[in-house]
Amino acid sequence: MSPKSKWTSWIKVGARAATLAVAAVLLSGCDAVLLDPKGPIGEAERDIIYLATGLMLLVVVPVIGMTVAFAWKYRASNTKATYAPNWNHSTVIEAVVWSIPVVIILILGTVTWISSHTLDPRRPIASAQKPLEVQVVSLDWKWLFIYPEYGVASVNELALPVGRPVHFSLTSSGVMNAFFVPQLGTQVYTMPGMQSQLNLRADHAGSYLGISANYSGRGFADMNFKALAMEPAALKDWIARAKAATPLDTAAYRTLAAPGTHSVALYGTVEQGLYDRILNQCALGGICTNEAVSMARIKGPVPKGPLCDPKTGKPISIKS
Amino acid sequence: MNESFLFGKLTLDAIPFHEPIIMGAVGGMVLAGLAVVGALTYFKAWKLLWDEWLTSVDHKKIGIMYIILALVMLLRGFADALMMRSQQAIASAGAAGYLPPEHFDQVFTAHGVIMIFFMAMPFVIGLMNIVMPLQIGARDVAFPYLNSLSFWLTAAGAMLVNISLAIGEFAHAGWLAYPPLSELPFSPGVGVDYYIWALQISGIGTLLTGVNFITTILKMRAPGMKLMHMPIFTWTTLCANMLIVAAFPILTVTLAMLGLDRYFGMHFFTHDGGGNPMMYVNLIWAWGHPEVYILVIPCFGIYSEVVATFSGKSLFGYKSMVYATMCITVLSFIVWLHHFFTMGSGAKVNAFFGITTMIISIPTGVKIFNWLFTMYRGRVRLEVPVLWTIGFIITFAIGGMTGVLMAVPPADFVLHNSLFLIAHFHNAIIGGVVFGVMAGFSYWFPKATGFKLDPFLGKVSFWSWFIGFYIAFMPIYALGLMGMTRRLAHVDNPVWHAYLIVAAVGAVIIGVGIAATVLQVVLSIVRRDKLKDTTGDPWNGRTLEWATSSPPAFYNFANVPVVKGIDAFWTMKQEGKAPKLEPSYAKIHMPKNTGTGFIIGILSIGLGFALTWHIWWMAAGAFLAMVGMTIWHSFDEHRDWFVPSETVARTEALHFGVKAPEVVQ
Ligand code: HEM
Ligand SMILES: [Cu+2]
Repeated sequence: MSPKSKWTSWIKVGARAATLAVAAVLLSGCDAVLLDPKGPIGEAERDIIYLATGLMLLVVVPVIGMTVAFAWKYRASNTKATYAPNWNHSTVIEAVVWSIPVVIILILGTVTWISSHTLDPRRPIASAQKPLEVQVVSLDWKWLFIYPEYGVASVNELALPVGRPVHFSLTSSGVMNAFFVPQLGTQVYTMPGMQSQLNLRADHAGSYLGISANYSGRGFADMNFKALAMEPAALKDWIARAKAATPLDTAAYRTLAAPGTHSVALYGTVEQGLYDRILNQCALGGICTNEAVSMARIKGPVPKGPLCDPKTGKPISIKS
Repeated sequence: MNESFLFGKLTLDAIPFHEPIIMGAVGGMVLAGLAVVGALTYFKAWKLLWDEWLTSVDHKKIGIMYIILALVMLLRGFADALMMRSQQAIASAGAAGYLPPEHFDQVFTAHGVIMIFFMAMPFVIGLMNIVMPLQIGARDVAFPYLNSLSFWLTAAGAMLVNISLAIGEFAHAGWLAYPPLSELPFSPGVGVDYYIWALQISGIGTLLTGVNFITTILKMRAPGMKLMHMPIFTWTTLCANMLIVAAFPILTVTLAMLGLDRYFGMHFFTHDGGGNPMMYVNLIWAWGHPEVYILVIPCFGIYSEVVATFSGKSLFGYKSMVYATMCITVLSFIVWLHHFFTMGSGAKVNAFFGITTMIISIPTGVKIFNWLFTMYRGRVRLEVPVLWTIGFIITFAIGGMTGVLMAVPPADFVLHNSLFLIAHFHNAIIGGVVFGVMAGFSYWFPKATGFKLDPFLGKVSFWSWFIGFYIAFMPIYALGLMGMTRRLAHVDNPVWHAYLIVAAVGAVIIGVGIAATVLQVVLSIVRRDKLKDTTGDPWNGRTLEWATSSPPAFYNFANVPVVKGIDAFWTMKQEGKAPKLEPSYAKIHMPKNTGTGFIIGILSIGLGFALTWHIWWMAAGAFLAMVGMTIWHSFDEHRDWFVPSETVARTEALHFGVKAPEVVQ
């Protein structure tokens, strides 16, 4: 075999192996939950992963091929190959070499700019239905979900209506966590004293794994929940079951807030303003941060400029 | 907690006698230490150790000590990796495994800290130390004593991390210690304090290195060597050290603020009291992203040297290589937010940082093509350093691709903090940094020691790392796509179990590679006469380090070379002007050894330990002693000497193999 056909056949073998490897990942599609999303956000994100990977493979595969080919063809023992010890510059090659990555990045940059806007976690999902509001609190090491619309709450079990957008308001009781249902898409950090926002929709009924994606200490590995996407009838049943459960008052919250893991629990009612007090870090007593700020405003130590509401991120005005 | 005056928070309970694994490791470390002490005593080598190594200000010896530190810490960091891999392989189908979360959490924190700060950094800085002054035709660095101090501060930081294994605990807040988790209420133990002081002490050492090397490169180049004549490794050293000087102060200040929170109840990063943990996350990554470039840029330099030398060709596109490096240096400061796209920034902010991140891939891509076109029409000798380089190009192309993928914010929204991320950065850091330092290690080893490394074991090491990497980390990519997140002490998912077992097998194969390197060093020392490099130029090199003997005389160059362009030594050889034995030599001005750096380093271990345990008298004592040593040293006026011309003549004659040195005087 001539050296040339030898290394082209090497490239062919390499390409086939790469295809097989990619296929192996794709075949286990149902295990690769990120590639098997159950809602529009996850789907859009999966498509971006495919698109970006495909675009980059256009460069990466030839680079790998060239590496092997050049090293092989110009190996020292192959004295038949051209040897040009002083050849070290070519304007044409350098122009091409700068422009190929530039073109790829121009395309990818455009994708980035557009998709960062369309998939902004705070952007409401277009829909005829009003989104369901769910308030999420990460605790050490469990998840609390409050449903103002239904007046119930749950721990480590997230009930979702199929096909209706959900707006999440998220905060944390202590350390940082990240709320993530891989099959629905986008994760978001939860942080104490601050509120993050996230919009998701589940389009298929099912039970999906929910996790904390940000390490939060000893019990982190067990900080999982089930996201149950339910058809209206099932959801109605779930709400009815929740309504029959015990109330979530300050005392019950105190138990929840103690460090430790927790099994699934439902709460029939939720004490008025509990979520806001968690957000302002006074659910277990003490001065609420929003009140502390307004008091300081009145006394003067805090500057008079616009202040931001931790909940909406918008400037607030305080009557003094 | 009760604190006594004499011992602060320290009590006998701090030593984990009831933990067989830890006590085993501690026992091993103590035994190894005793073996070294015993050997030194047996061979009566204490004086040699003190005179030739501990007090040395010779950049080459300091470089060797950095690399020894790095290799030892690689063993420790890799042991941690094996523990995590085996734990996850065992504890993924519902079993609890053998590492409870309190331990597992310390293991991944220690692994990350050790690998980055005490393996990769010392390795890279060690190579810079050995090579850069030689490449620019200098006789030492600009501030030789400072160089020794830098090393001993780095070693002190590494000591503190290892002491934490035996006394107390290490941090379990992850390698970047995000608050609020790293704040007192959630991490009341001494682990985070060990972390803070280990990084503060070694960080100051690194910062001093940055100042030292920039000055050296800008001020001490051989006559005629313009900036655009410098070897690429020197260029990348310059860029990396500019990054050090710009970025390390951020780390120092950030950790100082975290320390103030923990020691004085301040509120920089707590939410109560008006602080904000998001500030920490921004600051730590404003240092952290440049840090990864501090590691990888010098490795790009290594690959450039290796590719050109072993292709028997000058580097393709020298200028575009230099500009690409500078682009990367500058851009690396405006991408840090890509580490937390999911923290709630607006779409425009996310898009901005996503796009700046992608732009870095343009100069990086250019570099890769330039290496390829250096091989093109060359005569590539497939020696061990070249294998590492080819392995790097292939692996880094993949790691770069997954990195750019995660620079698209919506893709990162699902990939962030998953095992996909873990696979990506090991892909970049093993493929980029570890392969790079290994290439540099085998390339410059003969220069530093006078003999080559055994090539067969070098190949075993390369193939084990290369194959092991793919087996260890491709399943981790897949697990990331399956929704497995990072830092999990145990999981309950039979599907993941198989992948985690494969990953553990891959880690064991990497272990074979590490063992091969250790064996290679030992065996090569044993067979050093056979592997001897008598020429000083074993690879037919192009740059000035190869113009010296192997190892170089302590003064490097008897006559400082005059440079006219890039590839200075190659040109000399072409023109028949390579250094040869001269009839006479001038005396040479050199710095004297000093133990000050070593003593301050030891004192800083005491300082860090005392601060960690709140032993205030000891902290004050150690600190005052350090300041005292510094002042005392500044009054020492006998810091330099002249090497007599006869000594130079004799040394040079030996190098050129002349039997009777007296003849040439
Ligand atoms: C030699 C083979 C290596 C193996 C098998 C390995 C394995 C691992 C594993 C299992 C983790 C934890 C993943 C998780 O969080 O679930 C990890 C984390 C990490 N590794 Fe490695 N690693 C290796 C080499 C390296 C090297 C060379 C570096 C850097 C120079 C490095 C830096 C890190 C860092 C920074 C982390 C993150 C630690 C944290 O989560 O706080 N590793 N590695
Ligand atoms: Cu970064």
